[in-house]
Amino acid sequence: MSDLRDLYQEVILDHNRSPRNFGRLDDADLQADGHNPLCGDKLSITVKLTGDRVTDLRFEGSGCAISKASASLMTEGVKGRTLDDLGRLFERFHRLVTDQTAPVDEAGLGKLAVFAGVRDYPARVKCAILAWHTLRAAVDDRHDVVSTE
Amino acid sequence: MLDVARIRGQFPILAQTVGGKPLAYLDNAATTQKPQSVLDALARYYAAGNANIHRGVYALSQDATRAYEAARGKVAAFLNAAEPAEIVFTRNATEGINLVAQTFGRRRIGAGDEVVISGMEHHSNIVPWQIVCGEKGARLRVAPFSDTGELLVDELAALLGPRTRLVSIVHMSNSLGTVNPVERVVDLAHRQGIPVLVDGAQAAYHMPVDVQAIGCDFYVVTGHKLYGPTGIGALYGRRALLEAMPPYQGGGDMISSVTFERTTYNEVPHRFEAGTPHIAGAVGLGAALDFITGVGFDAIVAHERRLLDYATRALSAVPGLRLVGTAANKASILSFVLEGVHAHDIGTIVDTEGVAIRTGHHCTQPVMDRLGVPATARASLALYNTTGEIDQLVAALTKVRQLFG
Repeated sequence: MSDLRDLYQEVILDHNRSPRNFGRLDDADLQADGHNPLCGDKLSITVKLTGDRVTDLRFEGSGCAISKASASLMTEGVKGRTLDDLGRLFERFHRLVTDQTAPVDEAGLGKLAVFAGVRDYPARVKCAILAWHTLRAAVDDRHDVVSTE
Repeated sequence: MLDVARIRGQFPILAQTVGGKPLAYLDNAATTQKPQSVLDALARYYAAGNANIHRGVYALSQDATRAYEAARGKVAAFLNAAEPAEIVFTRNATEGINLVAQTFGRRRIGAGDEVVISGMEHHSNIVPWQIVCGEKGARLRVAPFSDTGELLVDELAALLGPRTRLVSIVHMSNSLGTVNPVERVVDLAHRQGIPVLVDGAQAAYHMPVDVQAIGCDFYVVTGHKLYGPTGIGALYGRRALLEAMPPYQGGGDMISSVTFERTTYNEVPHRFEAGTPHIAGAVGLGAALDFITGVGFDAIVAHERRLLDYATRALSAVPGLRLVGTAANKASILSFVLEGVHAHDIGTIVDTEGVAIRTGHHCTQPVMDRLGVPATARASLALYNTTGEIDQLVAALTKVRQLFG
């Protein structure tokens, strides 16, 4: 069994204790709620856009250390990026936590690479990925609105 | 006095290590492990006794039929049913409840009627009734429980009335450990002519169950929590009720005669067992009940009581730990939350110390909502657990504390 410290890295424990960008944007352009019915994790993400760029975002909710830290680090990692960028980052992060054979893409993921340990704990993948799915749902909603106009 | 070392010797799986640590299996409320006698019964059945049951004229089929029906007799004796015909084999307790909902329920429940359950039901005793109530325009009423996890019987009584068609209630809660006063509930319901189903999935391996003493109309159990195989369970139903119920599924074995114009259904309990059943599972369940009876509930109850008291004291002494579910009458389940640490993190960390516990909502989301917790960690005991395993859990929780500060 891999060392617990590979999963619960200091950065993750820190973001669990003091989550960044925690709360809610009143003037959000995008919003989505994420729910992991298996564990009862719930989170809500609000996003402010300028053009195609994420200029601010917040999350709130309750969950385990992995899901909270993932949401917190995600908010730091996507702020300032374009929506297209964000899609690519989602794919990289998904590969990081699910593909046990893929090399850890530190260059492409930056700080988010601390979640590499999750790949050895298949039961915890859904915890790490919840925030990302929620953010993608928020973005897809917007696209739905755009496409129907 | 139960000789726990001797008992453990009969469970091959318990001897293993997990990541170099001895396995402390404390997830018995999810499923129990199987003694060698059950494994042997399954192997023996397939190696020497396998044939399809009923209507075979050759010896092997007749032997398989006898083994299957003997298992039914063992379930009947285990639950003290009046006769084996009152035992219907199912896949599990969930199927038992669905069977009653789809036959008895659909026939008896109509628009404006009500079904009463409690707030501490497993999803399997909520959803089948929601389905029937939704279809019929009936209403599901929920009797609340207290902060400590006690059923509020007076409030349940107040819900009973002329529109109540059924009370369906759990004998022992899988997330709180509460043992409900089912005899009292049955008495209250019967005074108004309301039948009662008791979900015994959790209770049946912790305490002796006597369906006639409880007085209930239906009782469901599952084999895999009775130290038996998965995929086999049983529904007890009073004969008069079973006889009045329409069939559940159509197919072979549940019929007496079939023409394209008309089918005559078989008698109970076969009417409710369409198709080739889980014969090996029934035989394995029979062996499991023999095992339980051999140990004896006097010894089981005393051993698990001592373990529960020990674990309650030990866990209560863990800083920041709060037990969820502290009813006066409870058994063998310790749900808890740890301040500042989510249940899932607890589960992952104690696993690295060889301790298997369950974390989450335990298929009782309304219980979590009622108590205002997103999830709990749950240690659940069985007859083979030891105080040493409780110590192992407590030591693992110390590690959780260290990691989370």
